Amino acid sequence: MPTLDQPKTSSTISSHSMQKEGAPLRRKARISYRAALGEALAQEMRRDPTIVIMGEDIAGGMGAPGQQDTWGGAFGVTKGLLGEFGRDRVMDTPLQESAIIGAAIGAASNGLRPVAELMFNNFIGVCMDQLLNQAPKFRYMFGGKLSTPVTIRTVYGAGIRVAAQHSSAYHSILTHIPGLKVVMPSSPFDAKGLLIASIRDDDPVIFFEHIGLFDKEGEVPEEPYTIPLGEANVVREGTDVTIVAFGRMVDLSIAAANSLQTQGISCTVIDPRTTSPLDEETILESVADTGRLVVVDEGNPRCSIATDIAALVAAKAFDALRAPVQMVTAPHCHVPFAPVLEDAYLPNPEKIETAVRSIVRAARA
Amino acid sequence: MPSEIYGLVIPKYGMVMTEGVIAKWHLDEGDIVNEGDELVDIETEKVANVYESPHAGVLRRKLVPEGRSVPIGSLFGVISAPNAEDAEIDAYINAFESSASSVTATSAGGTSAAVVDIPGGYIRFLKLGDDPAPAAVLVHGFGADLNNWLLNQGSVAESRSAYAIDLPGHGGSMKNPKIATIDEMATALLRFLDAKNLQSMHLVGHSLGGGVAARIAIEKPGLVKSLTLIAAVGLGREINFPFIKGLIEIDRRKDMRNLLETLFHDPALFSRDMTMGVLNAKRIDGAMTCLKSIAESCFAGGEQTRVLRSELVQLPMPIQVIWGQSDRIIPPEHAANLPKSIRVHLLEKAGHMVHMEKAAEVNKLISHFIAAN
Amino acid sequence: MIELDRDQLISAYRIMKTIRVFEDRLAVEAATTAMAGPLHLYSGEEASAAGVCMNLDARDRIYSTHRPHGHCIARGLDIKALMLEIYGREGGICNAKGGSMHLADPALGLMGANGIVGGGMPLVCGAALAAARLKTGGVAVGFVGDGGSNTGQFLESLNFASVFKLPAIFVIEDNGFAETIASSWACAGDHVKRAEGFGMPGRRVDGFNVCDVYDAAHEAVARARRGEGPSLLDVKLERYYPHEQGISDAMRLPNHVAWLKANSDPITLLRTKITSAGEISESELSAIDKAVDVLIDEAVAKAQSAPPPPVSELLTDVYHAYP
Repeated sequence: MPTLDQPKTSSTISSHSMQKEGAPLRRKARISYRAALGEALAQEMRRDPTIVIMGEDIAGGMGAPGQQDTWGGAFGVTKGLLGEFGRDRVMDTPLQESAIIGAAIGAASNGLRPVAELMFNNFIGVCMDQLLNQAPKFRYMFGGKLSTPVTIRTVYGAGIRVAAQHSSAYHSILTHIPGLKVVMPSSPFDAKGLLIASIRDDDPVIFFEHIGLFDKEGEVPEEPYTIPLGEANVVREGTDVTIVAFGRMVDLSIAAANSLQTQGISCTVIDPRTTSPLDEETILESVADTGRLVVVDEGNPRCSIATDIAALVAAKAFDALRAPVQMVTAPHCHVPFAPVLEDAYLPNPEKIETAVRSIVRAARA
Repeated sequence: MPSEIYGLVIPKYGMVMTEGVIAKWHLDEGDIVNEGDELVDIETEKVANVYESPHAGVLRRKLVPEGRSVPIGSLFGVISAPNAEDAEIDAYINAFESSASSVTATSAGGTSAAVVDIPGGYIRFLKLGDDPAPAAVLVHGFGADLNNWLLNQGSVAESRSAYAIDLPGHGGSMKNPKIATIDEMATALLRFLDAKNLQSMHLVGHSLGGGVAARIAIEKPGLVKSLTLIAAVGLGREINFPFIKGLIEIDRRKDMRNLLETLFHDPALFSRDMTMGVLNAKRIDGAMTCLKSIAESCFAGGEQTRVLRSELVQLPMPIQVIWGQSDRIIPPEHAANLPKSIRVHLLEKAGHMVHMEKAAEVNKLISHFIAAN
Repeated sequence: MIELDRDQLISAYRIMKTIRVFEDRLAVEAATTAMAGPLHLYSGEEASAAGVCMNLDARDRIYSTHRPHGHCIARGLDIKALMLEIYGREGGICNAKGGSMHLADPALGLMGANGIVGGGMPLVCGAALAAARLKTGGVAVGFVGDGGSNTGQFLESLNFASVFKLPAIFVIEDNGFAETIASSWACAGDHVKRAEGFGMPGRRVDGFNVCDVYDAAHEAVARARRGEGPSLLDVKLERYYPHEQGISDAMRLPNHVAWLKANSDPITLLRTKITSAGEISESELSAIDKAVDVLIDEAVAKAQSAPPPPVSELLTDVYHAYP
């Protein structure tokens, strides 16, 4: 039977190594998406002792004779936290998603503020009851009497050749469920601010980290900060078309926009950052200006956030539209293994450009 | 005609691989290589793999010895057509390395802001320029940060070191709400000057930062070679308090953008980045408390609480005052009726952010003034 | 075997009688008046709720099932607020948003009845985890039926609670049937052996005898509070009503329930036991009976005349905050 008082391991070199309270970290200004997430967790855990993290291999080595904190999470996000916070707050769990996610949810109603990890969003099948019937419904069913301040971090997205059962993007399914909030950061800056905001949020938040973004670097303030959930980021301002994109699709849309600029087409790129709540106002205002909308989402095309936004704009900005809404999504099939097939599956800047060009006649360059 | 040269690069196996070990070379320099030949064994924490040659040619260089670990993307060998000259190979390698290192340097941030500890906290600052002439220190206003001087700092730095600082409660500096008055901010800034060993400098202050700069000049006149006050706090009672209040209370981008238009004569000039900069800064832990605390201390009752005019006019060092005629935050009248020894410049078609709207002109005024003193 | 003292025996009687009269009255009202929503009545199972909940205090949490009225009453839920909720009226304990199957009152440690069979079991682990980390000394009790005892969520919870040595108590109320399917057929193996397979103690409990339930729960709660980890109680009992009011119970033999009522009623058994010892009189218990009748009468009258919640409440309490 594992004991809970493991001796503290010395933390490995990480951007959020132990430091005295209140002192800034004095690290370089640009850090990775992975490091930004880890820093958010470390700073929040220092601030609030009721925050515990739990999940499979989030440290690693539990019960084993060799090195502890072996992985620090399947993607290294939680590396180093074991050394600072110990096994009581950094909990490796057995492989059982219903129990892990359910326990996090139950603990959240009882005084802890857990951040649980669902290693791949594909595994949601195993714990779906907890995210469909339990956490999102407590406040409502119980007449406002129960609070569930839980954050579930999960990894999603395709592109690294791990095929159908590890590459899905199920954010749209969770967006559908009232009572949940769904967050999808596209940059290190957004990742840290949104994760801190999610942890502090008193509603259940599902936090989607894109598998292809962990190494992306960007400027991230050393101090803790928040980004409000439900505020879109206008990444780029243009006049001819509004591109709305999520997660890794934001960078692809920027690449497309830069290329289109050389062809005389000026694009706005909006990153809503959260699908629930959704910043409808920013999207609608932009479409009122440009009259054209392209939505880019790597999920499958039926009943998705792309169709959701297309319907929103059709309903509320119909008169502003000068062309049909275009959606650049994965097709209605699964993520294949062969690299050439997976590359064909995913949106890319060329597909985005094609969609834009289909509804914009290039202004004279 | 350049010969065909191919770089061999450490590939990425698996999701989290960041580096690989060259476990074993299968060929020697000078050996002929066919496409698909086994070249090296590469090992990572999770997997070992035989690397097969993607090209045919001659293995000309083995750049990484067995047992060495190198990051993914690193050049570990070179294959070329047999007739390639050594010099060509060397040039290829150098070009590869230098592009890799320049990428690294860029991602490390070039010149970026740094943080220095002071008693009681820390101050973030950006230093540009290197000349040993007496430094210039630029102090921003309420709700802003060192990026306030984006269009000015480079110009000042042409002739000397120019430090743009974040005031306490702002940007990346300490968030202690007890540092709320002009005097308290001046004390913190003096500690910064001490920490950076700046004993003689030119101060440039905008808005609230002007009040702080003035206070420093009053407190420690020996340190200050010249004082430039741009639309500064401290010269009168009036202040656009609804603007201050809005700056604190507004949390939506659209509303903040509308508010920030008040700062300019021509609002078309300012960017979405500035709006987001203000919002993002307020969202740093502790920033809101500090802003509220500073507003309560410096602008209690909707007025400036600390008027430094009478002390200012008695200061020994050269002082210049710059104001935009369309300033809707602090009235340009505050620049009136100053003694003739204080040079006053009222710029047309400029609002409170005169140093942005008329950057070229203000830069000249600052540079000439500093150079002359 | 721990003995209940005089006050505890009276308390047990009162709790069980309140549950019985409450549930029986609902059966009558559901048959004779228009009532919305499903009713899963607890009559016959009272000893389990009373025996377990009498061991709990303000530190403790319980998670209940779609058959929650008994557990809620045993934990002290306000009878009027409970009735109002079942009737879907303003003033219900969940503001009429939950109904019979989704009752909660965190102030009493009632963390939610669950309409998903087995869905509450991971939550029990969470509540127990919070108690352990926050060092409250509290325990978390999860009630589950024989149907729920085979679900993945339940079995995962047994493992999780054991691995982390959580102060959790899993109470299987095996009333012989999951809807129409006999538990003797549907549950492979034996619940006590399953528990032991997960490394936790299990105990088969006579669910008709509140003293046996009390004793078993007492032992489990004490073990949990000592930090020794979870336990499982396999409580054998029977329900008097069908799985759900208005639904066929024909898979049970005719007259079976009548036989139970005549020969193995837990309240009758308790009454006989405590009056025969002489300390407590029949008249004292009859006074309790009368008081309970009045309490339930008043609750029904209030619920039947109370207004429904305003429609403006439809969109409240989805989130703590949503822009």
